[in-house]
Amino acid sequence: MIKTAPAATTLARARGVFAEGRLTWSGLVLTIFSILIYLFLYAPIVILVIFSFTRDEFGVRWTGFTLDWYIRLFNNPRMMGAAWNTLVVASVSTVVSTIIGTLLAMAMERYRFRGRGAMEGLIYLPIVVPEIVMAVALLAFSAIAFDLIKLVTGETLRRNLTTVTIGHIAFSISFVVVVVRTSLKNFDRRLEEAAADLGADSWNIFWRITFPLILPGIIGGALLAFTLSLDDFIISLFLSGPGTSLLPVEVYNRVRRAVTPEINAISTLMLLLSMVLVALSQLLQRRR
Amino acid sequence: MAMLQQQQQRRDRIRLMLLLTPGLLWLVLFFALPLVIIVIYSFMTNDALGRVVYQPTLDNYITIFTQSLYINAYWRSIWTSVLTTVICLLLGYPLALFIARSPQQWRMPLLMLILIPFWTNFLVRIYAWQIILANNGLLNGLLEFIGIGRLSLINNEGATLIGLIYGELPFMVLPLYAAIDRFDFTLMEAAADLGASKVQAFLRIMLPMTMPGVVAGSVLVFIPTLGQFVVSELLGGAKVDYLGNLIQRLFLRANPINWPLGSAMAVLMMIVLLVLIMLYFRATTEEER
Repeated sequence: MIKTAPAATTLARARGVFAEGRLTWSGLVLTIFSILIYLFLYAPIVILVIFSFTRDEFGVRWTGFTLDWYIRLFNNPRMMGAAWNTLVVASVSTVVSTIIGTLLAMAMERYRFRGRGAMEGLIYLPIVVPEIVMAVALLAFSAIAFDLIKLVTGETLRRNLTTVTIGHIAFSISFVVVVVRTSLKNFDRRLEEAAADLGADSWNIFWRITFPLILPGIIGGALLAFTLSLDDFIISLFLSGPGTSLLPVEVYNRVRRAVTPEINAISTLMLLLSMVLVALSQLLQRRR
Repeated sequence: MAMLQQQQQRRDRIRLMLLLTPGLLWLVLFFALPLVIIVIYSFMTNDALGRVVYQPTLDNYITIFTQSLYINAYWRSIWTSVLTTVICLLLGYPLALFIARSPQQWRMPLLMLILIPFWTNFLVRIYAWQIILANNGLLNGLLEFIGIGRLSLINNEGATLIGLIYGELPFMVLPLYAAIDRFDFTLMEAAADLGASKVQAFLRIMLPMTMPGVVAGSVLVFIPTLGQFVVSELLGGAKVDYLGNLIQRLFLRANPINWPLGSAMAVLMMIVLLVLIMLYFRATTEEER
């Protein structure tokens, strides 16, 4: 997503706010403004984490340190079940959408064919369609599909983790395609030609040249798909059935009833997971 | 030779089919077809049990346009989304500029700090504001302490707006940063040498050249905001209805549920979105000329 600037322009820009070592007035105002925005972005998150350790049962006052909420959380089968469901859905969704997305990216980047423009539209549309529209559409679709299945096989199906996973894959594919296409664009195709000249067949070329070189892009896409699935709330709410709750849906249901530090605790753990994922993706980007 | 070429062509076509088919199938079956279904549903009606009755009608659309409950939700959602987008832009542009103008070795860490909230669960971030704004919450404690006394900070439209801005700001900053980072700042010096004031140089050179970032950021903020229902429920106290709240209720909780009406609302929301984005694109590209 973020590219580092070439060395030449870097020098020109390093003079930015701190022009020749002294702070300009406009630079100072900009700096203070930015610090305030960072505070605005982080204060709520920091407060959330701090109050996961409070003894106060409403989680809004500091009345002493405790780990009780975490212990309670780990002993809460509903929450743990939802956490497990979330990880399973995210894992399956990541694997499937990464494979499908990578194949699509290869097709779009390497081939010219009829209907390519329409395909382009179909791939990018899920990014711009509001999630709630996608959610209700999938809900209506699943109802019709279940009716048809009942008509044909007599089997009564209900919405479950599979329906949620199908939905997550449907919106993750597009994001994977975007990320993988970037790494295919930066790819030097002469490497493949050289390998072909040296007698490698296309199977070998793909696995020994192309795949290793675009792997950072694929992993980047996979990480994005994983986070999108972990974070998704709207499609999860509409497509999960009774008894197959996911973590964000569980948090939503509990927050609507009453606020307890247990929610802070689960939020803190989710936050920790996000940070690990960001760090991972950054490390990969640096290696590239 | 010709046969070899033909063979190669056929192999290429098969390979392309293998690459395309899984994605094409998935997107058609689980994305395009469902959208077609709600378009069809939007022209149907439902019975007392909430089942869809296949009987073509325009009633749903007429209901939306004639009953204030529905039409007001559209105006409220559109207005709130515009407001959120504009405020995010006003906060995000200076911040992106600050990051892009920071010394090289600071830029990545500063950007990472934007990325972390961007990757953090939206629901969790909204929930965090409940702790701060609640009647017995942190901010009220502070207000009481300094002698102002408690105020009603949550369960109103202001709280909804704060939550939306907070939730969407990272989506604005990232594309803006990408655009500003590509901008050649020596152009500003050139403009100054030619006698332009800083404001003139910004409006006539920097803003038009970073417009792709402005457009991308605005669209990324506007789309999810238009359909949101979580923020207005958790921070706004569900006192007034936004589009998302109504659609969610019609599909999941109303008694009886009304999928055709909900579908019509969703379809109309898509149309509103497309029209607004097209108008916005036209306005911003004309500015460039």
